[in-house]
Amino acid sequence: MTAFILRRLAQSVIVMLTVALVAFALFRFVGDPIASMVGQETTLAERAEMRAALGLDDPFLVQFWNFIARAVTGDFGISYRLQQPVMELILSRLPATLELALVSGIMAFVFGVGFGVYTALRRGGWLSSTIMTVSLIGVSLPTFLIGVLLIWVFAVELQWLPSFGRGDTVYVGDWWRTGLLTESGRASLILPAITLGLYQMTLIMRLVRAEMLEVLRTDYIKFARARGLSNRAVNFGHALKNTLVPVITITGLQLGSIIAFSIITETVFQWPGVGALFINSVRFVDVPVMAAYLMLIALVFVVINLIVDLLYYAVDPRLRVDRANARH
Amino acid sequence: MSDIFKKPEPGRFARAWDSDIAYSFRKSPLAIVAATVSLLIILAAIFAPWIAPHDPFNPATLNLMDGFTPPMEPNQFTGNTYWLGTDNQGRDVFSTILYGARISLFVGFMAVAFAMVLGITLGLIAGYRGGWVDSLLMRVADVQLTFPSILLALLIFGVARGFIPPAYREAMAIWVLIVAIGLSEWVQYARVVRGATMVEKSKEYVQAARVIGAHPAKILVRHILPNVMGPVLVIATIGLALAIIAEATLSFLGVGVPSTQPSLGTLIRIGQGFLFSGEWWILLFPSLTLLALALSVNLLGDWLRDALNPRLR
Amino acid sequence: MFMKSHISATRSSLMAGIAVAALTVSGAMASAETIRWARVADALTLDPHSQNEGPTHTLNHHIYETLVGRAIDGSLTASLATDWGISEDDENVWVFTIREGVTFHDGSPMTAEDVVFSLDRARTPPSGMAALHAAVEEVTAVDDTTVHVRMSGPAPLYVQNLTNTFIMSKAWAEANGVETAPNFAAGEEAYSVRNANGTGPYVLVERDPEVRTVLQAFDGHWGDAPAVTEIIYTPIAEAATRVAALLSGEVDIVQDVPVQDIARLEQTDGVRVVRGPENRNIFFSYDMSSDSLASSDAEDNPFAKPEVREAMALAIDRNAIRQVVMRGESQPSAAPLPPFVNGWTEEMDAFGDPDLERAAELMAEAGYPNGFSVQLDCPNDRYLNDESICQALVGMLARIDIRVDLNAQTRSLHFPLIENWETDFYLLGWGVPTFDSQYVFDFLVHTREGSYGSFNGSRYSNPDLDAKIQLLSTMTDLEERDALIAEIWDEVMEERIFLNVHNQVLAYAMRDNINLDVHPENQPKMTTVTFD
Repeated sequence: MTAFILRRLAQSVIVMLTVALVAFALFRFVGDPIASMVGQETTLAERAEMRAALGLDDPFLVQFWNFIARAVTGDFGISYRLQQPVMELILSRLPATLELALVSGIMAFVFGVGFGVYTALRRGGWLSSTIMTVSLIGVSLPTFLIGVLLIWVFAVELQWLPSFGRGDTVYVGDWWRTGLLTESGRASLILPAITLGLYQMTLIMRLVRAEMLEVLRTDYIKFARARGLSNRAVNFGHALKNTLVPVITITGLQLGSIIAFSIITETVFQWPGVGALFINSVRFVDVPVMAAYLMLIALVFVVINLIVDLLYYAVDPRLRVDRANARH
Repeated sequence: MSDIFKKPEPGRFARAWDSDIAYSFRKSPLAIVAATVSLLIILAAIFAPWIAPHDPFNPATLNLMDGFTPPMEPNQFTGNTYWLGTDNQGRDVFSTILYGARISLFVGFMAVAFAMVLGITLGLIAGYRGGWVDSLLMRVADVQLTFPSILLALLIFGVARGFIPPAYREAMAIWVLIVAIGLSEWVQYARVVRGATMVEKSKEYVQAARVIGAHPAKILVRHILPNVMGPVLVIATIGLALAIIAEATLSFLGVGVPSTQPSLGTLIRIGQGFLFSGEWWILLFPSLTLLALALSVNLLGDWLRDALNPRLR
Repeated sequence: MFMKSHISATRSSLMAGIAVAALTVSGAMASAETIRWARVADALTLDPHSQNEGPTHTLNHHIYETLVGRAIDGSLTASLATDWGISEDDENVWVFTIREGVTFHDGSPMTAEDVVFSLDRARTPPSGMAALHAAVEEVTAVDDTTVHVRMSGPAPLYVQNLTNTFIMSKAWAEANGVETAPNFAAGEEAYSVRNANGTGPYVLVERDPEVRTVLQAFDGHWGDAPAVTEIIYTPIAEAATRVAALLSGEVDIVQDVPVQDIARLEQTDGVRVVRGPENRNIFFSYDMSSDSLASSDAEDNPFAKPEVREAMALAIDRNAIRQVVMRGESQPSAAPLPPFVNGWTEEMDAFGDPDLERAAELMAEAGYPNGFSVQLDCPNDRYLNDESICQALVGMLARIDIRVDLNAQTRSLHFPLIENWETDFYLLGWGVPTFDSQYVFDFLVHTREGSYGSFNGSRYSNPDLDAKIQLLSTMTDLEERDALIAEIWDEVMEERIFLNVHNQVLAYAMRDNINLDVHPENQPKMTTVTFD
């Protein structure tokens, strides 16, 4: 067990380093930070000086090494754009993204499982077909368009919900700012959460339906029915329970992509999270923030993978390396 | 998803295609509608140069003064009338949609083809070689699966920008897009093919082939590919819809084909700016086309998945 | 698309005190005094000298003040300096008389020492304002209300450079360790980035970068009390969301209105749109000096031929760009400087109708009967509809067989192309903060050397002209100087270094009970807001 964990940890570190390396190789092509940092009167010589002072002229391996050396001490530098320490900046934006991801994830899960079970049990019914078809709209339009349309209908035309921002926020503890405790905060969360969660909901719904259909045809369920158990007990007590394990796994694995897609949702709704921060940083070529964000994403992904691996290990020690069959 | 990926039996697909699938298709009105709509859009896109009244990709034929003509109404300056109106550059929306669908579908099909070739090859290698090659490839697949696809596409776009000389960037943009989207979708193919390969390689005919000196890989390709064609087709169908939407999403993030040769996604991004200004047609028609295309392809994928699964019949 | 109701409630603030204050006034009054102001981007920093950037200056103008201000018509106004002029004894010295009775937000009085400190801070790297003060040799306080600025030579226009150089408290800066502008390489946040102590009409109450900034009227301000007592400033990056926020009543003023939404907003009940010319010009320029072009199929450099440049000037249809791309919201012009700027004349701005036949003849004369190909580099997030303007030009040039590949990209990729001479053909916008032609010549016309020509992407180099341009900066006889400016312009226009498109027009949208004029440098001041 220890050896297994150590090996996985070592692999995780390699993945993190790879992400950082790729990120750094890439920053040279995103643009020139100096161009957005100085006014138009700045002379070319001064620009070159500034570039040198920031170490942007160094070979990228040198820049990479400097970054890693500082990053391990928790120092990601200061943002070129907002002039704040990057760590502080990301920590101050992270709660907004996590709350959005969490709420939309829960929404996607609850509705996804609900609709999935229903459409599996009532296969061929008109309501099932309708749900199946309508849910596909969520994956047949780009996220940004869904967001803008929701704003148009619910904020501009009906004026039920806010069109942008997080509403009022209050501090819970020292740095966690939550919008969940205020009315305007909760109202502001609805449209972005729907926009972000729609895709995942469709995914989960389809998965639950497929798994349910599969499980309902196994001998185990046939046997349960033969034993005279009620439909309800069979459907929910046995079938759904067996379905949920892979569903929860996949939902967990999707957390990374929820956070990534929040880039778009946050941009559309001016949601002050790390996704919007990242996009603004890309436009400004704010290298320290971009590097830290990518490292954060890599970390989230590494942690998720590690947890999944450990869970699998705990469930079935025979599954050393191969968890492929459980996760497609 | 899982049901169809398990142990396909040899020849089942070929048999099913002749009878059961066709029967199931005839019995499903939704599948018929979806297939018709997809086919119509695909044909319209392929034959766009012959169908479209204008060539929106030829800047010399555009008259800026035709811009913002509402559908079916004459333009206030030029008096020209367009069936679906014109956009902000005076391009005929109908023609632009046809040409845009061409780009979107090209990106979609090529990305799927790229993912498929990559996935199948790696799947075969992983399944056949086993051992550390298998572990490594599947580990990479794990990484790929959890790493957000749009971030990956952004990264690839950034890297490509560095390697491609400026003069070729416009022409290369579409290929970079294809690679970026394709790369994020290969894993599923690899999984399916790997599973099938592992089952087949221990079978006697492969052993026999090895004995008589034929390269077993050749045999594997010939025997395994037909078996996994069903699941691969399902993944590819859904993947096509995914790729088209991914292209649209990336265009919103400023990554994609040039605005002089817009895809459906680019058209929607441009049209989105006119939501409140009253020029609804610039947004509505490309969006409806994209919706119709992605929805019907998705529905086809759904139907195909159920139809190819014998246990659900 | 219609206003259903006017949402008057202000967003309650984190600060309990403000929330109570807002509640005690009647609903209508509360909305009348609080302005919720949205624009595309936030100020990058509150540090008064760190960044020479539009949105940063705009917000800081509410908290800090400058020696001289810029009025709506572009003229200078007295602010912290009540009087200014070149010393009678020494033409190299500027004399400023400092306003008396001004206090900082922390209650301390502003003195000549603070002015000296601020000007020194502004001209010392890593200040972003240093380039505007490059000619300053020494700043001294002669007495409590007089400040002398000694220049390296005669600098008749130096005062024009001061409209965005803010005055801060020396004691406050020293107490908080921000004696110099923040240094990016230092690796830590300067106190002045999110805290401020100015003399301006508003006090900083809350600063949450990119989320919102709350300002409240400063009781101790020397000027008249403004009608707006509280400002809630929110950046909204997406154009559609920004417009939606105004339509839904969540914000009161939107500063960056997309041109296509102006007409619709004007027709919307409860919303008014004001527009005015911006001090910014949009033009194309090209490499006219290299032997050949990297992105062209022509053997030589077509842009080096005057006939080709003239043909392009005849092919561009500025009025069509105005009518369609800009929805009527621009001032088409042939010369790359806005009418506010000293040196502008009506004649140089005039242009004729497009003449494609003549253009085709010229192309043939130049040796390109079948045209040529070239890449056009264009920003897509910097100027109003920048990418669409480029797209329109692609169509217009296609008619005279110039086949243009459009490379539109984000500003941080576009501008280095001009800086590094990696573009053959590009779009650029140029504002003239000094309101004098010399600024255009220095950066765009003069040969690239030293502090000159950093945005001269045309590689144009004319030693005669360079000498004249250098002479401008030290000429004290303004009449003679204006004559020289006209002479330089004649040559620049004759050479067609620029293919000019238009001057930008700005539009602000707001609730219809609000009055606010458009500022030529896009720096609206909430102190100037009045309510109906």
